[in-house]
Amino acid sequence: MTKFETVIGLEIHAQLKTNSKLFCACPTVFGQKPNTQVCPICLGMPGVLPVINEKAISYGVQMALAIGCKINARSIFARKNYFYPDLPKGYQISQFDEPFSEHGEINIETKGRGKRTIGVTRVHMEDDAGKLQHGESPEDLNSSFVDLNRTGMPLIEIVSEPDMRSADEAVAYFKAMRDIILYLGICDGNMQEGSLRCDANVSIRPVGQEKLGTKAELKNMNSFKFIKDAINFEVARQTDLIESGGAVIQETRLFDPASGVTRPMRTKEEAHDYRYFPEPDLLPLLIPDEMVEKLRTELPELPQAKRDRFITDYKLPAYDAGVLTASQDLAAYYEDSVKLFDDPKTVSNWIMGELLRLLKESSKDLSDSLVTPEKLAELLALIKDGKISGKIAKEVFEEIFTSGKDASAIVKAKGISQISDAGELEAIINKIVADNQDSVERYRTGKTKLMGFFVGETMKATKGRANPGLVSKMLKEKLA
Amino acid sequence: MDITELTLSELSAKLQSGELTSRAATEAYLARIEAKDAKINTYLTLCKDEALAAADAADVRLKAGTDITPLTGVPIALKDIFCTDGIRTTCASKILDNFIPPYDSTVAKKFKDAGAVMLGKLNMDEFAMGSSNENSAYGAVLNPWDTERVPGGSSGGSAAAVAAALCAASIGTDTGGSIRQPASLCGIVGMKPTYGRVSRYGMIAFASSLDQAGPLTRSVEDAAILLQTMAGHDPLDSTSIDAPVPDYSKTLKDGIKGLRIGIPKEYFVEGLAPEVETSIKAAVETYKGAGAEIVEVTLPHTEYAVGVYYLVATAEASSNLARFDGVKYGLRVDEGTGLLDMYKATRDKGFGAEVKRRIMLGTYSLSSGYYDAYYMKASQVRTLIRRDFDEAFKDCDIILTPTTPSAAFKKGEKTNDPLTMYLSDIFTISCNLAGIPGISIPCGITSNNLPIGLQLLAPSLEEAKLFRAAYAFEAATDWHTKKPKL
Ligand SMILES: [Zn+2]
Repeated sequence: MTKFETVIGLEIHAQLKTNSKLFCACPTVFGQKPNTQVCPICLGMPGVLPVINEKAISYGVQMALAIGCKINARSIFARKNYFYPDLPKGYQISQFDEPFSEHGEINIETKGRGKRTIGVTRVHMEDDAGKLQHGESPEDLNSSFVDLNRTGMPLIEIVSEPDMRSADEAVAYFKAMRDIILYLGICDGNMQEGSLRCDANVSIRPVGQEKLGTKAELKNMNSFKFIKDAINFEVARQTDLIESGGAVIQETRLFDPASGVTRPMRTKEEAHDYRYFPEPDLLPLLIPDEMVEKLRTELPELPQAKRDRFITDYKLPAYDAGVLTASQDLAAYYEDSVKLFDDPKTVSNWIMGELLRLLKESSKDLSDSLVTPEKLAELLALIKDGKISGKIAKEVFEEIFTSGKDASAIVKAKGISQISDAGELEAIINKIVADNQDSVERYRTGKTKLMGFFVGETMKATKGRANPGLVSKMLKEKLA
Repeated sequence: MDITELTLSELSAKLQSGELTSRAATEAYLARIEAKDAKINTYLTLCKDEALAAADAADVRLKAGTDITPLTGVPIALKDIFCTDGIRTTCASKILDNFIPPYDSTVAKKFKDAGAVMLGKLNMDEFAMGSSNENSAYGAVLNPWDTERVPGGSSGGSAAAVAAALCAASIGTDTGGSIRQPASLCGIVGMKPTYGRVSRYGMIAFASSLDQAGPLTRSVEDAAILLQTMAGHDPLDSTSIDAPVPDYSKTLKDGIKGLRIGIPKEYFVEGLAPEVETSIKAAVETYKGAGAEIVEVTLPHTEYAVGVYYLVATAEASSNLARFDGVKYGLRVDEGTGLLDMYKATRDKGFGAEVKRRIMLGTYSLSSGYYDAYYMKASQVRTLIRRDFDEAFKDCDIILTPTTPSAAFKKGEKTNDPLTMYLSDIFTISCNLAGIPGISIPCGITSNNLPIGLQLLAPSLEEAKLFRAAYAFEAATDWHTKKPKL
């Protein structure tokens, strides 16, 4: 039987975090009352004209540079013509055959194919459409309403090459793009609110065949899980279709998260000839070299570079580096902490183990956390100096997390400092040895595993405050 | 003295000297409109109350002597293609019958700010598509020289109103000759500035890369005064040119000694009415007499201009007019079931035949499979036409041509043959394709008492030179003083 290979390309739309829309001065705040963030320009009233938002261009260029794209010094806005009530002008202002940037790439880690380079065909700029709301009038459930607040919001579209071979790779690519977008701070990355969305072009072909199979374009996937589910469903559907002697037809399909299937969009909506032509109301977009170079120098360290640096500079495992660089804030938190407590792996363990767990449990953001790098470093120093045990330290950490107090103050108030005084431990250990003579005998006859029992008893007797290293050492001597 | 017979600059002088008030001038025009406009149908919306209020406000300033411009208190009118805040703006289309813009076009705002009195909104071909003003949804405009005849288009209302003294001056728009051709047919001055010289913001778009607003007046000096007010960069229009606006009046009367005037041989072709040709040749002699040097130039791609124009203009129009869909403003015809039916019924009832024809032509030429052969090819040829002018202007300062192949034609004469109608713009279209400024001035009267127009073209942003050349002819002749008897 023929084995098939999946081929996926993604088109990512990211709404840029500018204060005003792409071609007018309307604000871009999400969630306002319908049709309150509009003006004659974004409403497409007669005679109005677009004026490009400079900030949107800088954001777009930064994104393009971050993924290694070439910036075209001159690019052209084009009208994409179609009728729909959420598109007041009757056309979207986009870029067609002359986008502002082309030919980039990013690397992703794949399961089974190692590190792969995914090509980026182009990044271009366009304005968003509004939203329709159906059946919300109590008098008439067949009614539809148009909300044009989103109309004219600035978008960049990042089009990939068909370089991904599985749903997991598509998700990995999308996640990597999202990380970059968030690092650049050009988009809030919110998939539920639709500020970051993607369409997937999915096809299959017999393994070894060069020619691409007929693709379906999948839309309406507003989470990583839905992207994965939609692609997997689509691959299975196409495989079944071909294996049963059918053929895939080129169409746009919508993913239905409730049932987990993709369905064709009605053909009427899909049969578009967009009649692209150069937008006569805008001059060619000129992006001078100086601007590109200035923006290039302003680029922050990007996720991948940061990850690699964490591995080299801090000798961290790749997993740790990945977790710690998931956001710029977390990475900065880590680096600030390491500056104060020079044991990179220990700091990593505490952040990944305790801090992230508590943040997750309390649904808090790192910026809300009361455990500053200073407080974390102080706590770790207490452990290192043998003032408290690791176990106690976890309790102290939780208290810092909730109260924001200093570790030393907590330790002092609770009287939970570690007992590292051999004199103080001597009496306790002597009592335990005396009370458990049976076990002592068995230990001496070779049951050395009983050491754990004696340590446990000592810790119990000291409420966990005894210095475990010192306890082991003293017990070994007593039991010898 | 009949106030309505004064040119704009004469009226302006009398307002500023205190000899006349703006209220008197405004009332005189309103009375004349009431008496005469029924014969030629130039006003779509008359703004009587607003005009009188503006006149009174102007009189206060004139009396106080503060904040005065050459247009303070001067009654003018706008083609109904310019959006006017709070005042109905229809573009002579049923689809905008009830449309009241909540904003001013930059042109309207500039005249408001200059203290001009706006008498009302003038009739035109629907969405500026036409050469005879027979395509208005509110009835044709008629030529005041002969009401059996058309005034030209699409700014037919603007031209006829000025010729019939129903306003001191008017503003029109010119996409392929829509100011110059009606100016020629109505015996007045009509000027199309360099593309981008005047902001297009709030001016309802027909063909965005060609549309340009300009003045229609009774004298060259009046045109210079109006352009002075309209011209300049507008942050709301990315295609408006950011270049200083020279003082046009200052150099107007400097004369044309040594000015090289080019005559393109391609414009003297079969189909040019003999009387027009005679007048143009006489005009050339007048220029020689005034000290100009006459040279022959060539514009070899002229024959393609009409074809290129009707591909580029209709393509842009098909997209520009997509917004009139019944969803947000204007007419909505809610027939049938659902969205598509509403779109179809609205656009079917809302648009006239010529508009539909051009939307279809434009949609076709942009469609996949045809784009390369039509729209793209037309854009390429447009570049060649532009280069023709660059070359020709190496040998001359100004190009002189007839404005139209013939004087005003009869109403209904060309309505059944769109192609013949399209050819009435044959001499004016290239100027829009090249983006250069052009002016039409009166240069003769036919044996059956119809005006003939002369067109002058200049390189981009050389409006001052154009005015100077036009003024020299006006000073040497009296064609501009001829008036229709309405
Ligand atoms: Zn807006």
